[in-house]
Amino acid sequence: MSQGKVAKFEARKRTNQIAIASSMAAMAFGLIWLIWILWQTIFLGIHGLSVATFTEMTPAPNDPGGIANALYGSFVMVMLATFVGTPIGVMAGIYLAEYNPKGQLSNVTRFVNEILLSAPSIVIGLFVYTLVVARFNTFSGWAGILALALIVIPVVIRTTENMLLLVPYGLREAAYALGAPKWKVIIGITLKAARSGVVTGILLAVARISGETAPLLFTSLNNQFWTSSLNGPVASLPVTIFKFAMSPYQNWQELAWAGVFLITLAVLGLNILARVLTRQKS
Amino acid sequence: MSYQPSIGDGVPDSNSSSHLFPTRMNNSTHKSSQRINGLVDRLFGWAALFAACLTLSMLMGILLSLVSGAWPAIHEYGFGFLTRSVWDPVKSEFGGLVMIYGTLATSIIALAIAVPVSFGIALFLTELSPAWLKRPLGTAIELLAAIPSIVYGMWGLLVFGPILSAYVQIPLQKLLGSVPIVGALVGGPPVGIGILSAGIILAIMIIPFIASVMRDVFEVTPPLLKESAYALGSTTWEVVSKVVLPYTKAGVIGGIMLGLGRALGETMAVTFVIGNMNQLNSISFFEPANSITSALANEFAEASTGLHQASLIYLGLVLFFITFVVLTLSKLLLSRMRKNEGTSS
Amino acid sequence: MIKHLSIIAAVFAAFGVTAVQAQDITGAGASFPAPLYSKWAADYNKATSIKVNYQSVGSGAGIKQIDAKTVDFGASDMPLTDDELNKKSQLQFPTVIGGVVPVVNIAGIAPGKLLLTGEVLADIYLGKITKWDDAAIKALNPTLSLPDALIAPVRRSDGSGTSFIFTNYLSKISADWKAKVGESTAPNWPVGLGGKGNEGVSAFVSRIPNSIGYVEYSYVIQNKMTYAKLKNSAGTFVDPDDTAFKAAAAGADWAKSFYQILTNQPGKDSWPITGATFILMHKVQDKPANASSALKFFDWAYKNGDKTADDLDYVPMPNSVKDAIRKSWSQIKDASGKAIAF
Repeated sequence: MSQGKVAKFEARKRTNQIAIASSMAAMAFGLIWLIWILWQTIFLGIHGLSVATFTEMTPAPNDPGGIANALYGSFVMVMLATFVGTPIGVMAGIYLAEYNPKGQLSNVTRFVNEILLSAPSIVIGLFVYTLVVARFNTFSGWAGILALALIVIPVVIRTTENMLLLVPYGLREAAYALGAPKWKVIIGITLKAARSGVVTGILLAVARISGETAPLLFTSLNNQFWTSSLNGPVASLPVTIFKFAMSPYQNWQELAWAGVFLITLAVLGLNILARVLTRQKS
Repeated sequence: MSYQPSIGDGVPDSNSSSHLFPTRMNNSTHKSSQRINGLVDRLFGWAALFAACLTLSMLMGILLSLVSGAWPAIHEYGFGFLTRSVWDPVKSEFGGLVMIYGTLATSIIALAIAVPVSFGIALFLTELSPAWLKRPLGTAIELLAAIPSIVYGMWGLLVFGPILSAYVQIPLQKLLGSVPIVGALVGGPPVGIGILSAGIILAIMIIPFIASVMRDVFEVTPPLLKESAYALGSTTWEVVSKVVLPYTKAGVIGGIMLGLGRALGETMAVTFVIGNMNQLNSISFFEPANSITSALANEFAEASTGLHQASLIYLGLVLFFITFVVLTLSKLLLSRMRKNEGTSS
Repeated sequence: MIKHLSIIAAVFAAFGVTAVQAQDITGAGASFPAPLYSKWAADYNKATSIKVNYQSVGSGAGIKQIDAKTVDFGASDMPLTDDELNKKSQLQFPTVIGGVVPVVNIAGIAPGKLLLTGEVLADIYLGKITKWDDAAIKALNPTLSLPDALIAPVRRSDGSGTSFIFTNYLSKISADWKAKVGESTAPNWPVGLGGKGNEGVSAFVSRIPNSIGYVEYSYVIQNKMTYAKLKNSAGTFVDPDDTAFKAAAAGADWAKSFYQILTNQPGKDSWPITGATFILMHKVQDKPANASSALKFFDWAYKNGDKTADDLDYVPMPNSVKDAIRKSWSQIKDASGKAIAF
């Protein structure tokens, strides 16, 4: 090899080493913080957990208590928001994938959906406040559910459409050839084939709204007591955590970490479940 | 996927979906079931159409409600609102510059830090990591994406702020405090709260998102492409920068835009550490500031209907618009890239 | 699909039908009395099973939400003038009296050791005094070793009655403050980090070295914070505690009007930044059952809540004032004009 070529190779090798080294440094920098945060969440979360966390209501400052009402409120609101948002999202996804996918309405709807997907969740909360809370003169769990549903719908639309498009067209054509009407083809064949992917999408939407605080701030407010009625303010885990974390009280902060740990576990569980389902499918 | 259509013989067997196609019928039941099917078909089609239109009306509704709520402020200030920096609820004078600056500055800082870090993580996970480390590290990254964003805020206030203050802000102030222009950038009480703090916390928050998207797209690069490049004697860096990145750039841009969108709209991680200062007294990164989301979270519940509430909703509209612009830009960027490649977009 | 829909319908029915118990009520507002109200609500719940859900969102939000009728009562440390009350057709009555206390976080300085005046406070929050070893502070504290460090002022980010009481006091003491900033629940702060609620300010001051803030006294006690002595109008440096607040409240003429501002009151034992905290309710009630429940709660608190208030260093209203308050409740009527029973 001539001198020039050796020098060029050395230069390339050096660039490679520098680039790799800086990337590794960047990664280490990021990972240190992230692992630290993860460690704190797990450590402080477990430390703040006890049986009382699940059985007692949110206490006054410096009194013992738990977050049972917040857990229940969050559970109910997330569940109902998913119940409300999923059918609309799935139907719209079906429309985008099965009825005139290249048409004008579909293109516009897809674009609008992307805008909604990236909308800041606090703005959704403002919208529901003006629409529901101000009009009916009460903070309510229903308003909170509506706000969460508005976040679920775009996620479900996007994943449903993508999953439906993955179903091979031959499957549909075979069913049509046998004389099945369109709705039967969609429900009985296409949707069934894409079932695990669609469910994954729903699980991801649930994971997303489990940790949302901002849309609940002005809609369901918060409640220090247990309530099974959604017609008034409802305690929710993220808002309770917000209130407790910002406070100077030791017992509130411990409960906040416990709550954060529980949300993380739930979201992680949903993500793992979604991943297991997609793997089973393929 | 359990269903397999059995085409051909028409005779129902046990694992065909015979429930879909009733076999033995005389003419009249066949016609009536056809009519019913036709009706259900139409209804179903309308239901799907209705759901799609509902999505459109959601956006319309949100925009209309925001615009009508912000109308008093729009009428009063027009576009000048975006450049006014006064925010005085007592005198009823408002301007959005401080919050808009805070939102943009923190998001840009976040992106500047998060993109190289995420790239490093994705690079490590796909090219350099030993096999036994790939799974746990990948799972750790996903776990971090699962953490609710409020944790980053809490951690930022309780843990990171003091560290930033002691190891970065105070030394920087001692070093640069007296330098004429740069000194102004590092002025103010070094308490670990402000734009820099919020920007770093946001960066840490969006790293898992961007890193996992990058990792996913790096992984689907056809091994053939990479191995051909290696076979020709490329270094790892050259393979990544000249083969993998160009191949995956759509996904990478998408991931970055996703991260940016989250950073712009994030409320909880920011409101703990940004300081909630509605004045722009100095250009220092150490001074407390405010972002649109934090201002909304703090002040909306108490803003009297009138110019205060209208100005806050105006800010919400501006934020909505900013995320819309980011989205459109990323789409344009992607379609231009695809056009250059010659594939249809 | 039908099965899915019917499950949804059943779930919704289950949640809608269990209607709010007519007596459970919601209130929102000041963080100043929040530790006390949440204790009262917890005790009341133990005694009567009725849930009084009080959310500490700041006086500004309390005023707005009661105006919007999204809550059954609002709480504010900033009293509304009688004119404003008549315009809004709302009734206002005080519950307890408390004090706003400056708190600091300076290494080596114990609670009650730092001496401050209103002028120095005003200058700190105007940004005129920027370091702890400033001459003005040193002059008041010749024996203390003050660090050569920038002051990190902390104030409220939300609309706050505590801010109103604090800025009202500063306006009385410093003409400069009155001209530049004035008194309000949401003044245009020239400097400082904003914490949300008394809780947020306490959290910041506890954590940030060389910071100063102002919080209601029960937050100082509950979080063992370092408070400063203040010079009152008689020239004495006083510690904050309920005797000092009571001394300041001694001059209030509750018989004339419930609108009383208690800052910078005369008396050698008076705490200069004292204030009462108020409840706001509409005079004409759309939900008479909720109004009745709210009044019953406050009646119970006036009868049984004094010890809890004392424990948290709030000053309960004198009995004569409590009677006047109960009399004023006859102004709260339902749509037909009948007074609400309590």
